[in-house]
Amino acid sequence: MNNLIVLPILIPLLTGAILIFFSKRVMAQRWIATLSSIATIIVSFLIVQKVRSEGIQSLNISSWDAPFGITLVSDMFSSLLVLTTSIIGFVILIYSFKSIGEEREKFYYYAVFNFLLVGVNGAFTTGDIFNLFVFFEVMLMSSYVLLVLGGTKIQLRESIKYLLVNVISSALFVIAVAYLYSVVGTLNMAHVSLRIAEVGQPVIITVIAVLFLVVYGLKGAIFPLYFWMPGSYYAPPIPVLALFGALLTKVGVYSITRTYTLFFYHDAGFTHQLLGILAILSIIVGVIGAIAYWDIKNIVIYNIIVAVGVILYGISVMTPDSLAGSVYYLLHDMIIKAALFLLVGIVIAVTGTSNLKKISGLIKHYPGLAWTFFIAAMALAGIPPLSGFIGKVLIVKGGFEGESYVGAAIVLMSSLLVLFSIMKIFINGFWGEDRSYDVKEKAPVKWLLISPVILVILSALYGLGSEAILPYIYQAAETLSDPSIYIQAVLKE
Amino acid sequence: MEILMAFVVGILFMTATYLMLSKSLLRIIVGTGILSHGAHLLLLTMGGLKRGAAPLLGENAEAYTDPLPQALILTAIVISFGVTAFFLVLAYRAYQELGTDNLEKMRGTEGNE
Repeated sequence: MNNLIVLPILIPLLTGAILIFFSKRVMAQRWIATLSSIATIIVSFLIVQKVRSEGIQSLNISSWDAPFGITLVSDMFSSLLVLTTSIIGFVILIYSFKSIGEEREKFYYYAVFNFLLVGVNGAFTTGDIFNLFVFFEVMLMSSYVLLVLGGTKIQLRESIKYLLVNVISSALFVIAVAYLYSVVGTLNMAHVSLRIAEVGQPVIITVIAVLFLVVYGLKGAIFPLYFWMPGSYYAPPIPVLALFGALLTKVGVYSITRTYTLFFYHDAGFTHQLLGILAILSIIVGVIGAIAYWDIKNIVIYNIIVAVGVILYGISVMTPDSLAGSVYYLLHDMIIKAALFLLVGIVIAVTGTSNLKKISGLIKHYPGLAWTFFIAAMALAGIPPLSGFIGKVLIVKGGFEGESYVGAAIVLMSSLLVLFSIMKIFINGFWGEDRSYDVKEKAPVKWLLISPVILVILSALYGLGSEAILPYIYQAAETLSDPSIYIQAVLKE
Repeated sequence: MEILMAFVVGILFMTATYLMLSKSLLRIIVGTGILSHGAHLLLLTMGGLKRGAAPLLGENAEAYTDPLPQALILTAIVISFGVTAFFLVLAYRAYQELGTDNLEKMRGTEGNE
């Protein structure tokens, strides 16, 4: 019993509710949102420390015993994700102050922003499959509003598509839960896992596993289900895009990880191989997209698909090393994708275009921006002292241990093309001749640069301090590879 | 009874899929409505349709129907209600701004090259 773990959900929820009353007073909104964001970071840091010292924390809401009520569970995996989410929420909030514009701020931007964080933190923390659905909907509802807020033509057009895809995938989620409930008769995740282990995963459970893969794959943009993402992510303003790129797809990835390590691990020959193949195909499609485009937003958007593929490949191999690698890479990728989107946003604010062919020579006037971007690009590709390296090493090592040589080789090759795609931005956009751009007002580059610099420093520390961080990562991976730890912590048998 | 319901749900899903593949935005929204009907009926069916009293303790019956799927459906209904309301208003706004309800015409390359 520990009421601490409900706070990362409760603080943004109350903040969002309070902010509704201050909709026309922008400064008050900013202060309230900043303070609550800092509070969330502190609380989630405390949770990580608590889980480190005392093991998995679970909280039965209203003191109903575990399988009967809703249980919130913070194991190391979810508490690390909640901490990362809170940090990213904070820096994107800071960035929003000078970037989102007063019109949007007066129409409940910060309130909806906080509700999105409620959904994401809740999805990471919940221990109940239907509650996960509800938190998905909280997150998606806020993302619809954030996507369409402002109401330009491209936003309206793309929101319709995004909404339609997610309505369908939510209906599929309900269907999947219905099937699962009819087979196992429970909704608590630990109890579901126990029941599936008792019957030894008959074929119907495998079918449900694939249905869950479709549902979460639609949220997380894996290979045949990623088609909605490039268009939808192109539409919103930059802070919203950074929030989506860093958090939304990762919730899908988290859910796949949770269900495939906790529920459906008995017939790994089929389910995990399928997951592995789809992950590899996602990597391939992602890098093709990333090197094909000359639009800086599109390049980073396709890099999300690559990263999702790499993480899920690590999950599909299911060795302790590859699981640890996936956890490490997931956290790294959330940080670095947020940083890259924010940097791309600054480039667009400075030049007024996202077409790479119309940009060059930025390094002369904006050296800080250029070098931050350079370090972020190196971290994305996985150059040793930075954070992308260790995750990928562990995933590849796990892949070779699991005798999945082709997949591991493709993961390695993909790094090269990712590096190419991101250096294409650096070389063409920052080097070369100086150009003049017609932008109406000068962008507040110094202020905007604070957030990506914080993230890049974090990413560097995350890479350099990996000795200190790896025990946490391995603790997370241990729970993933041995479901009985999770089950015992929740059901207390 | 379950088999009959399975057929009904199947037909609902079929109708929904057909409608959602059409060009007109309103037909698509009608399709999402039918899809969520199908999902909710499926949830009810999968919870079991055995006979029993309504889940009210005042009934003093020997057996009750399973209350859990009913609570889940109630939750899912209000969620899909909220989403559908948002979707309808979004479609209205899109019609005002873009001047079309044909999804084929909603592609455009502006800002997407």
